[in-house]
Amino acid sequence: MTKFTFTDKKDTRSGFGVGLHELGKQNPNVVALVADLLGSMKMDAFKKDFPERFIQIGIAEANMMSIAAGMTIGGKIPFTGTFANFSTGRVYDQIRQSIAYSGKNVKVCASHAGLTLGEDGATHQILEDIGMMKMMPGMTVIVPCDFNQTKEATLALGTHIGPAYLRFGRPVWPIFTTGRPFTIGKADKMIDGKDVTIFACGHMVWQAIEAEAILAEKGISAEVINIHTIKPLDVEAILTSAEKTRCVVTCEEHQMNGGLGDSVAQVLGRFRPTPIEMVAVNDTFGESGKPFELLTKYGLGPENIVKAVEKVMTRK
Amino acid sequence: MAQPDFPYLHKLCSQIRRDIVRMVYNCQSGHPGASLGCTEFFVALYFHFLKHNPKFSMDGKGEDLFFLSNGHISPVWYSTLAHAGYFDKKELSTFRKMNSRLQGHPATHEHLPGIRVASGSLGQGLSVAIGAALTKKLNNDDRFVYALMGDGEQQEGQVWEACMFAAHNKVDNLIATIDYNGQQIDGPVDKILSLKNLKAKWEAFGWVVIESNGNDLEGLVAALEKAQGLAKKGQPVLNLMTTVMGFGVDYMMGSHKWHGVAPNEEEFKKAMAQLEETLGDF
Repeated sequence: MTKFTFTDKKDTRSGFGVGLHELGKQNPNVVALVADLLGSMKMDAFKKDFPERFIQIGIAEANMMSIAAGMTIGGKIPFTGTFANFSTGRVYDQIRQSIAYSGKNVKVCASHAGLTLGEDGATHQILEDIGMMKMMPGMTVIVPCDFNQTKEATLALGTHIGPAYLRFGRPVWPIFTTGRPFTIGKADKMIDGKDVTIFACGHMVWQAIEAEAILAEKGISAEVINIHTIKPLDVEAILTSAEKTRCVVTCEEHQMNGGLGDSVAQVLGRFRPTPIEMVAVNDTFGESGKPFELLTKYGLGPENIVKAVEKVMTRK
Repeated sequence: MAQPDFPYLHKLCSQIRRDIVRMVYNCQSGHPGASLGCTEFFVALYFHFLKHNPKFSMDGKGEDLFFLSNGHISPVWYSTLAHAGYFDKKELSTFRKMNSRLQGHPATHEHLPGIRVASGSLGQGLSVAIGAALTKKLNNDDRFVYALMGDGEQQEGQVWEACMFAAHNKVDNLIATIDYNGQQIDGPVDKILSLKNLKAKWEAFGWVVIESNGNDLEGLVAALEKAQGLAKKGQPVLNLMTTVMGFGVDYMMGSHKWHGVAPNEEEFKKAMAQLEETLGDF
């Protein structure tokens, strides 16, 4: 199977902006709402070409979520835009009552998730959002890994029916999924292997690909699977790979509690007990710094994945 | 618009009040106080003002829409919807019981006709109504969107986010009402967290505000006609509606104690003696 390289780097949020603009062209019912972060969310092109379908809410995220719920009544498909922190924790109850419990077709689109937000620090670096959103009954949760996949996920949400959370980020990041099909709920096996499976989401998929190259030099054959959809989880892909490799490592830019790792552990515990190690932030807040410095400090570098693989293989 | 049939509307008020007390007594749970206080408002809205179709469609295109933000007064809404033909009156006996479509607070989850969004966690309904009103404008649908909030609910910050947004964005197909009964769970609103000059606050945010007496049916109809006349002129409209909590049942009137308590057997009999059965009990 192809080993991955990249020729270009872009931010995942720009993938959202391009996808949203494309959706605006495709479907006149798509509307976009933003809470005073138009430029950061890369929603400028949508606003320019579809001003009547663009709604500037101001700094009032709770109002934005409930307005989005109301706009679905009459057939609109609202995409809300703000940072991941303000898209989830700040408005959990609005999403819960007006959107999820009410079954509204709202797409909550969240940028600047995780440590790679960088210099703004822990107030903005939410690491609990996947957990909050996946607990919500009926909520689809998608964490794409690069510019291209974020664009594809945004486009896919245009025809998906029901509440959804789309999580992406700020830093420029390798683009390596061009041409690969994207289907909500269908995991993407990036690299075939036999000794261990690495399940990753978001920016950590690239970290896992880099880790795989290091492992290959050490003679360890790692399978790398991109779990871009945390919910609904591709249970079959997880079990099939775990059956083959008999040990797994999960990688995410999120708390260990409530993230991809515990979703995978839940599946394995219930259906096929398998040794598992988790590369994630472990019960701490982040801090200001450069994205890569922070990933290293908080144990989310390729070398951390390598160590986790070596550890889990001894537990087979 | 046709002249209102006041004798029939009064009959509805009496029967819906009986239904409210019977529903709450039946499950020994629920919120009779503001349900009784807002009965004239629901009757005026559903049996005179709203263009609506009891063969319910979620999108409600070409219809007037109503959103209840203070979802705890679900008994008055459920009874009103049943009398308007959304579902059989017999279903009112399932209120707050397991496997019912009539949840303690209104919900869409069980697909009860007439409900378009869940409410109960306060402060969200005006924002939802604004969203529906924006979609009506985008769809070139010239019908109105109505919303009802509580006065205690004005303590929620989101109300003021919505208030500010609607005025700035000229959401003028929206007519909101505040049930101004002066009571909340823990006591009189003035003692818990005073609203001070509520009318001046909404006006300062850019709304047109009218005042009404929500327990004077004829006066309320006139006030809502005035509200319609003021709408679609560039500003959202607020109906600041004074009501008496527990109206129609003497021992419940004007007291926060009946916000969310069910009557016992003796109290129930007393209430039934004060409310005439006009259109048949469920």
